Amino acid sequence: MTAKIITITSGKGGVGKTTAVANIAVSLAARGQKVVCIDGDIGLRNLDVVLGLENRIVYDLVDVIEGRCRLRQAMIRDKRLPELHLIPAAQTRDKSAVSPSDMIRLGDELREECDWVIIDSPAGIERGFRNAIAAADKVLVMTNPEVSAVRDADRVVGLLDADEKGPASLIINRLNITMVKRGDMLAVEDVLELLAIELIGIVPEDEGVIVASNRGTPLALDPKSRAGLAFQNIARRILGEEIPFLDLENHNLLQRIFTGRKTT
Amino acid sequence: MTPLFRRKKSASSAKERLQLVLIHDRTDLSPSVLDALKDDLIATISRHVAIDPTEVDIRIAHEGRSQRLVADIPLQTSHRHR
Repeated sequence: MTAKIITITSGKGGVGKTTAVANIAVSLAARGQKVVCIDGDIGLRNLDVVLGLENRIVYDLVDVIEGRCRLRQAMIRDKRLPELHLIPAAQTRDKSAVSPSDMIRLGDELREECDWVIIDSPAGIERGFRNAIAAADKVLVMTNPEVSAVRDADRVVGLLDADEKGPASLIINRLNITMVKRGDMLAVEDVLELLAIELIGIVPEDEGVIVASNRGTPLALDPKSRAGLAFQNIARRILGEEIPFLDLENHNLLQRIFTGRKTT
Repeated sequence: MTPLFRRKKSASSAKERLQLVLIHDRTDLSPSVLDALKDDLIATISRHVAIDPTEVDIRIAHEGRSQRLVADIPLQTSHRHR
């Protein structure tokens, strides 16, 4: 096995990185891929609760790096999806407990263990971000169609280029089609024109994301969820499949064709 | 309801504002630096050739993620030879 390492980052906090990591990891694992996701947010871990694995933590990322346990001991195996594993962040330490070279070493070790490593980057552009991108083969930048998130994403894309970690691919999260149509939200094309990077996914705003995190059951496991479907599509694009974008708009387009009038 | 006072859609404001902010974030060129640069250019060029300072246009153009400084400096017609 030689895993590819993917990091999801955003600059701004709260745009949905952890949700994306959880759902993309679940989608890959559901397709039989062996996945290890790593929570890179030391001191503010959350990937464990989003995945519903918080009660099973014994060792964490810092324990592995400081040699208190073997790598496999820190990999929590998901009971629903046997191919899915989590290495949680340490909660009582801070970012300085890990260095970029530690992450590169860990990444090299993990490459032999699985098909995909998905790293959840903390917000910001300091140490935690540097750690999260150090081992990455590919970086996905996540943004929301909103000024501060787009601005911060642009900054991160620039830093990744400077660090030769580019070109990054973009995930636009929390798109609200009704607001876009009303002219009160940046459209996908606007964000792409501004950031000038390749698109890998569009995720509609979905209340189900909160319900799923309440339960610790990622949305991608629910076949009826639109956001879950969007994350599954991202996973399939990562696997090299050609999946058309904007199922949400296609849906409306079909509606327009069948009803012969503009839908709202 | 009155179209006369209808405000511009907020998404287009967002896009326009971001276009300007991103140019400056990416290049470290603030509008005031750009103005100073323009004044310097006008002074330098005017020492060699006649130009109309009010016609000079200096801006940052972008193609994908790369930025270029573009100056459009129309020359004043010379009457010396005719």
